[in-house]
Amino acid sequence: MHKEYKTIANVAGPLMLVEGVSGIKYNELVEIEQENGEKRKGKVLEAHKDYALVQLFDSNRGLKISSSKVRFLGRGQELDVSMDMLGRVFNGMGKPIDGGANIIPDKRLDINGTPINPYARDYPDEFIQTGVSAIDGLNTLVRGQKLPIFSASGLPHANLAAQIARQAAVKNSDDDFAVVFAAVGITHEEADFFISDFNKTGAIERAVLFVNLASDPAIERIATPRMALTAAEFLAFEKGMHVLVIITDITNYAEALREVSAARKEVPGRRGYPGYMYTDLASLYERAGKIKGKRGSITQIPILTMPEDDKTHPIPDLTGYITEGQIILSRQLHQQGVTPPIDVLPSLSRLKDKGIGDKKTREDHADTMNQLFSAYATGKDNKELAAILGEAALTELDRKYARFAEEFEKQYIGQGFNLNRSIEDTLELGWNLMKMLPASELKRVKEQFIEKYYRK
Amino acid sequence: MKGKIIKVSGPLIIAEGMSDAKMFDLAYVSDKKLIGEIIELKKDKASIQVYEDTSLIGPGEEVVSANMPLSTELGPGLIGGIFDGIGRPLKALYSQYGNHIDKGLKVDPLDRQKKWKFEPLKKVGDIVKSGDIIGVVQENEIIEHRIMIPFGIEGKINKIFDGAFSVEETIALIKNESGIEFKISMLSHWPVRKGRPYAQKKAPYAPLVTGQRVIDTLFPIAKGGVAAVPGPFGSGKTVVQHQIAKWADADIVVYIGCGERGNEITDVLNEFTKLIDPKTGHSLMNRTVLIANTSDMPVAAREASIYTGITIAEYFRDMGYNVAVMADSTSRWAEALREMCARLEEMPGDEGYPAYLSSRLSEFYERAGVVDLLGSEKRQGSITAIGAVSPPGGDMSEPVVQSTMRIIKVFWGLSASLAYKRHFPAIDWNTSYSLYSDRLNSWYDKNVDPLFNDLKYITANLLHEETRLLEIVRFVGMDALSPKDRLTMETAKSIREDFLHQNAFFDADSFTSLDCQFNILKLIIEFYKLGQNALENGMDIEKLLNLDIRNKIARAKIIKKLSEFDETMIELRKQFKGDFDA
Repeated sequence: MHKEYKTIANVAGPLMLVEGVSGIKYNELVEIEQENGEKRKGKVLEAHKDYALVQLFDSNRGLKISSSKVRFLGRGQELDVSMDMLGRVFNGMGKPIDGGANIIPDKRLDINGTPINPYARDYPDEFIQTGVSAIDGLNTLVRGQKLPIFSASGLPHANLAAQIARQAAVKNSDDDFAVVFAAVGITHEEADFFISDFNKTGAIERAVLFVNLASDPAIERIATPRMALTAAEFLAFEKGMHVLVIITDITNYAEALREVSAARKEVPGRRGYPGYMYTDLASLYERAGKIKGKRGSITQIPILTMPEDDKTHPIPDLTGYITEGQIILSRQLHQQGVTPPIDVLPSLSRLKDKGIGDKKTREDHADTMNQLFSAYATGKDNKELAAILGEAALTELDRKYARFAEEFEKQYIGQGFNLNRSIEDTLELGWNLMKMLPASELKRVKEQFIEKYYRK
Repeated sequence: MKGKIIKVSGPLIIAEGMSDAKMFDLAYVSDKKLIGEIIELKKDKASIQVYEDTSLIGPGEEVVSANMPLSTELGPGLIGGIFDGIGRPLKALYSQYGNHIDKGLKVDPLDRQKKWKFEPLKKVGDIVKSGDIIGVVQENEIIEHRIMIPFGIEGKINKIFDGAFSVEETIALIKNESGIEFKISMLSHWPVRKGRPYAQKKAPYAPLVTGQRVIDTLFPIAKGGVAAVPGPFGSGKTVVQHQIAKWADADIVVYIGCGERGNEITDVLNEFTKLIDPKTGHSLMNRTVLIANTSDMPVAAREASIYTGITIAEYFRDMGYNVAVMADSTSRWAEALREMCARLEEMPGDEGYPAYLSSRLSEFYERAGVVDLLGSEKRQGSITAIGAVSPPGGDMSEPVVQSTMRIIKVFWGLSASLAYKRHFPAIDWNTSYSLYSDRLNSWYDKNVDPLFNDLKYITANLLHEETRLLEIVRFVGMDALSPKDRLTMETAKSIREDFLHQNAFFDADSFTSLDCQFNILKLIIEFYKLGQNALENGMDIEKLLNLDIRNKIARAKIIKKLSEFDETMIELRKQFKGDFDA
């Protein structure tokens, strides 16, 4: 039996101080029971011989400090997992909210996980075809990668994420596939968009959803992604499934983190976010990957909205330093009506090089990718120049590049949210566009491919 | 001596009853014996930074001081190994405990069972000093592990053995003047926070040849030098570090993955094992030691990782090797420092970093250098240190970049706009510099070609000229430029695309020897010079730029045979000549 204390000294924001305790442990789970039997959860942030500083997971509203009982449970926060989770919807704390019964757990897992031994990791190199040219052709996603979408308010990141979840497939593979979706502080409408899209396509049967809405306690948001990742780890590494984890919106998560940090009066880092935010975000993102000798994998697509479209804001900045690339959405393309409005130049997939090429996609993939990037960058520069000096100031070649950039945006990027392009179609389209330029300009492409694909 | 925990807050533990403890001694926390280090003492209270996860550790549990500082094991078995921030072997942890690193796992860093063939170089009766090599172990196909007399020991060899021994077995007995006998084994320890001694530091004089054209030609680093690679995310810091670790002409490479991605470590492991070192014909892993404390591993161990790494580097330097150390990334290390500083409630300096940030950084970089080693014979060794810096938002004014820039001599500034254009390595020629450049001139004169330095200056000038001309073009358009300026622009473009741009993922392009670098540049600059002449003699600029030879120059970077350069040069001169005749 766990000891009970009725010695809550104070509650301030998400923090609660309990005095006169003994035998408590750092990071252990805390249960607070109100007089009326209502229970809330928290965890020990600071264990002192005389007191415990507890971080509440639920809202502090209505909490009465004089009569509440506090129990220290001697274990961390856990999640019940089993295969029955597929097709179910849970709240941000892992309780079912779809009207169904509680699941009968196979196992109970600590939601914080433990670091993967880097030696145990298996390098991700299996190409995932998302059917989106800007991703497949230029910023290729592979199994076990963490590739965030950097979006901004008003941009259609939800549509893109849903498109990827719907279309993602691995060539010549019939492995088990599952989607774990974590809604972190998003609106009901946005969550509903995902749920109905999953329902429409039947993906719901292979999906586990954790939903913390904008109206739910902000402090729960720290647990929600960890719940989702724990479920994903169970499905991937114990049940051998290939799991795609979508977390939206990391910005809300970081704000909850800032709230706790501010309540503890910690010295803030940039923009008031805690100095340990990099480490904290890494403890989420690094849970993606593949493990030697295990069949399954975890691929993560976290979504975040950049405040003021600013890529250097701490949330996108620290994320970019941890994740293996980023897909950046552009407001300008969105306004031009290009969908999905992926800004390919600053977007990047760090793992693409091992996932493409002969036997994976096609021999010419790497070269054409580099060439398209460089031609598009030149083309855009030339368009800008033309805007200042007029078309006439451009050389004939410059004009070709400018036209290339326009067509590239229209055809290659702007495929819409419903078209599912095979990698072969994407590569062909790339060559068709490159034919707008003279062969001598294709310096990034090996001669043999120019011969085979350009001159054919 | 045992103390008791009174407070746990993340990686920081405070224990009382520790009045006998010393600063920076190791401490074992709780019955799980988590490893920690004492970083502050107040009366009988000790603040301990714990290198493992402290979840479910609480007040009342016991703390034992180990009475020795955090040390790393040194001896045969380091090469090809992968260790965490405090030197635990990740390969052995994996085979004994599985995929995850739980707390309280204990494995000896070096294999105690494995027998190494020890071959003595000294005999009974020889007088030896600290640092002297008494014998060697062929650790793998290429690395000869030299067994040295530990620091503080000297005397006469009383006994020395020949044969196969484990690292702990005695291989020699040394008696000093006062008649005390020391047992020497192949295993030694060294406290990581203290630099290993040497006789004298020297000025660097030879380049560390990296095979990366922009580095070797424009911004070279010396063996024994210090460099930093700052850049925003996605600008290719890690690829630059990997490329140097792969191709640099160092004897030993210590690669420290400090607070970075787990998959990057896997990548290094896979790649380096597969890649064959052109100089030795064996796998690159045969000269590499990996320190991996990824971002999800405990933050305090991240702080220790760079010291563990550089200590191992010093150990190999002391054998007389040229060692290269890569730290990716020093910013994550600084953040770990900041986190501990905040938990200790110290008064922070800039952006929450501790006031001692820059002194700690200089301590680390100062452990690099070319040195005359201790011991009876005159020998040299060197450590080249290259640190990646990850400034938030690419902001170069932040404290870690600024503190680093005050120490380092080579600055490879990576630029996001080059990276967007997929110009890699994205080392920005307008902001980067190397203070070794002039000092290395005579080396290049002697070992590459007397013309090399001239070509280098012409190249740098053309690039600066291009930057200036681009300003003009931005206002008035390309047409307004004189044919001569057009030629300058086109040559600079050729330098950028045909020389500086280098594809790390294309085998033929990944490494370029100094001779080839010289020859490619020679072609580009020859075209420029002949072009200038031709323009003066009335040749049309468009015609000049459409000369067929330019396509050949564009593909010169993958030429490996020197004779092929000569042929191309002859053809280049012929084309110019032909045009005049016509």
